[in-house]
Amino acid sequence: MEEKLQVTPLNGRHRDLKALMAPFGGWDMPIQYEGIIAEHAWCRTQAALFDICHMGEFVFQGDFEADGLEDVFTFSVKTIPVGRSRYGFLLNEQGGIIDDLIVFRLAENRVMIVVNAATAPKDFVAIQSRLRGGLLSNVTADTGKLDIQGPMSRYVMVETFGAEVATIPYFKFITMDILGCQAIVSRTGYTGELGYEIFLPAEKVGELWDLLLQDERVKPAGLGARDVLRLEVGYSLYGSDIDESTTPLEAGLEGFVNFDKEFVGKDALLRQKQQGVSRSKVAFKVAGRRSPRHHYEICFEGDTVGSVTSGVFSPMLACGVGIGFVKPELAVIGTPLTIRHERVSMEATVCELPFFRDGSLRS
Amino acid sequence: MSIYFTKEHEWVKVKEGIAAVGISEHAAHELGDITFVELPKIGKSVKQFEVLGGIESVKAASDIYAPVSGKVVKVNEALDAAPEIVNESAEDAGWMAWLEISDESELKNLMTQDQYDEYLKTL
Repeated sequence: MEEKLQVTPLNGRHRDLKALMAPFGGWDMPIQYEGIIAEHAWCRTQAALFDICHMGEFVFQGDFEADGLEDVFTFSVKTIPVGRSRYGFLLNEQGGIIDDLIVFRLAENRVMIVVNAATAPKDFVAIQSRLRGGLLSNVTADTGKLDIQGPMSRYVMVETFGAEVATIPYFKFITMDILGCQAIVSRTGYTGELGYEIFLPAEKVGELWDLLLQDERVKPAGLGARDVLRLEVGYSLYGSDIDESTTPLEAGLEGFVNFDKEFVGKDALLRQKQQGVSRSKVAFKVAGRRSPRHHYEICFEGDTVGSVTSGVFSPMLACGVGIGFVKPELAVIGTPLTIRHERVSMEATVCELPFFRDGSLRS
Repeated sequence: MSIYFTKEHEWVKVKEGIAAVGISEHAAHELGDITFVELPKIGKSVKQFEVLGGIESVKAASDIYAPVSGKVVKVNEALDAAPEIVNESAEDAGWMAWLEISDESELKNLMTQDQYDEYLKTL
């Protein structure tokens, strides 16, 4: 049975802009407006505005330790200072990634958990099942989220909402009044550029969208450009690069796992650490303009050694780039690989992440 | 010069035994930003509707089929460095190859501009 797609409060605006729409994570989302390459370039040089209302937001109120939240994720919640956020994982018992997410410390006893759209229902169930108390609420429907990303975004935000925005460091947020409502403005994003994620009541998100687009440095960008932007800086896409059968160790994301605390999946990860992983994430650049794509085979000396999980033509590097999983011994910088699919074949070389290093992210 | 189209959205224009081949404006628009064109090798012989080359956009990769049988005598090398020409001018500057045509009667297997326009309405 085909489920009806959910729509964000901006659906009508996307259609008025003649956006190409497609299903994403159960939502009817804009893939592109003007074009993926043009929107990508605008984000790298100006400021791009993304409708991210599809992502899930949960609020937890309670005693992090006594109620069990502290042991839910691969990182400590109680040590996040109020006004800061932290990225990490919700794992299953086998160490597989149920979701990657960000926790925002709103107050002494209160956090907001921002999760992927497609996984939000199962995330809620998993988190709830691990709690001994406190109150977990799903506030997705009431919460609007816009991302403004690009080197000009600070100027736009400061001129629109005041100088306070300029003081927010990377992975920190402030609560401020926007359009008469309390909003969260966070220095985070998914593009490798300086930018902000803005959370505010869903009924105000249309007004904010219109307001920001009045600035000629701001243009809307769709999920197509967002995917190119995130891959150029090597961010994982849940459902493609990471999933429940992939552990953070295999995915090269051990840095977001704190082994000094308890969390579900820790035993499995410790075992895997001891025994070694059977496959590892690898990043590679293609010699030429061909794009590797999800599910293309990765070959080494004629043998299939893995498959591509994300791939794209990188406008910044002017070549194809991709990530995938291979035997660990091949995940070494400089290893020559061949990427294959039907009659398509391309030579590639294992390289470091990120592919693109010159973004305005921390400026 | 008349233009003919395939159901797979290639076009062909024939003049003095030479067929210029490319993809239609409709196809270029559907593909979105084109990032790579796989040009055939000069000297390659193809039969009508066989794979001639390939094209990739940010969104998709697809094959290009020969609208007529023939031998490749020239390719549009400008597309190597600037495949976006196909987005800008699919049915003119974005041509991909010239084929020395072997059987002009094959054109009857293709659609005229009017037939192609009607065909697009059915998709």
